[in-house]
Amino acid sequence: MMQPIHPAEVQRRLESLKDQDVYIHLEMTTGAYAAHHDASKHPAATFITNAVIQYSHSLISGNGPYRVGLKMLQGWIYSEGLTHYEENEPERLILAGHDQQGKLVVSLQLSREPF
Amino acid sequence: MERVLVILPHPDDEVFGLSGTLAQLIDQGAIVTYACLTLGEMGRNMGFPPFASRVTLPQIRRGELEESCAAIGIQDLRMLGFHDKTIEFEDKVFLDEHIHALIEEVKPDVIFTFYPGYSVHPDHDATGEAVVRTVGRLPEADRPPVYCMAFSRDHEQAIGKPDISFDVRDYLKNKLAALRAHRSQFQAADIIGSKQHTDKEIRERFGTERFWTYKFETWK
Ligand SMILES: [Zn+2]
Repeated sequence: MMQPIHPAEVQRRLESLKDQDVYIHLEMTTGAYAAHHDASKHPAATFITNAVIQYSHSLISGNGPYRVGLKMLQGWIYSEGLTHYEENEPERLILAGHDQQGKLVVSLQLSREPF
Repeated sequence: MERVLVILPHPDDEVFGLSGTLAQLIDQGAIVTYACLTLGEMGRNMGFPPFASRVTLPQIRRGELEESCAAIGIQDLRMLGFHDKTIEFEDKVFLDEHIHALIEEVKPDVIFTFYPGYSVHPDHDATGEAVVRTVGRLPEADRPPVYCMAFSRDHEQAIGKPDISFDVRDYLKNKLAALRAHRSQFQAADIIGSKQHTDKEIRERFGTERFWTYKFETWK
């Protein structure tokens, strides 16, 4: 069950996955129907799933919605607008940002196994 | 219409435009095979407040789809295992082979799908395209009619008025149950109205389902 983010718990899980190969799912989307419902909207979406990354430093920041930054050997991963996490997944980190209608806008997931 | 084949990309695509028609055809003795290409695993709706995640959504939507099909009476549900949002990028030979095999097996009297180019979501258009491409390759005498749903803006300017329509007012119970089954996707109360909508309004709004018979002479 998705729960509002508990930053300390998310930080603990970020630490537990650092310095090792992990699979990442990173996504942002306005939805495929954005322009159908409102012609002034610009539909955009992007995702990458099951890429393998490694980070040496991580932080969840902000007062909610939250931001997460992961420092890799040669670059960064950044995600903003995160509101929820899956509390019953201690082995993986499942983060998502939902808008006021509950629709997913952004997601950041890390796991030792592929998604 | 005894054998009906439905080919759509997402769980819930069956609800608004087609579920009443299917319930009616099944009531009249049809056997329906519904091939749903993906599990809608990239959907943005996760319930309100959100109860699903990217990780749990595929299984949740699988269950919702099964419940929706049971409400409609669909006897044969196939989940083909394609990935949501990728149908337009999928290898066309691979995709068409799947659809061709289904047609060969089911030997449908009619196929329901989306109208290619006029169905808003890229997966909808790509699914309709694959169906039309595959059926178009059959010898003319072997082609089952393809009934398409369309709902893009201004689609009637391009493809005219629908030529097939089903009065499904006697099957609204099935249709609303199918709608409610997809609880991660729809807040049924918002759509149907908690109490504000009278039965008459619901019957007018949901009571007719319309389709365009695909014209293969325009296809190349
Ligand atoms: Zn759809």
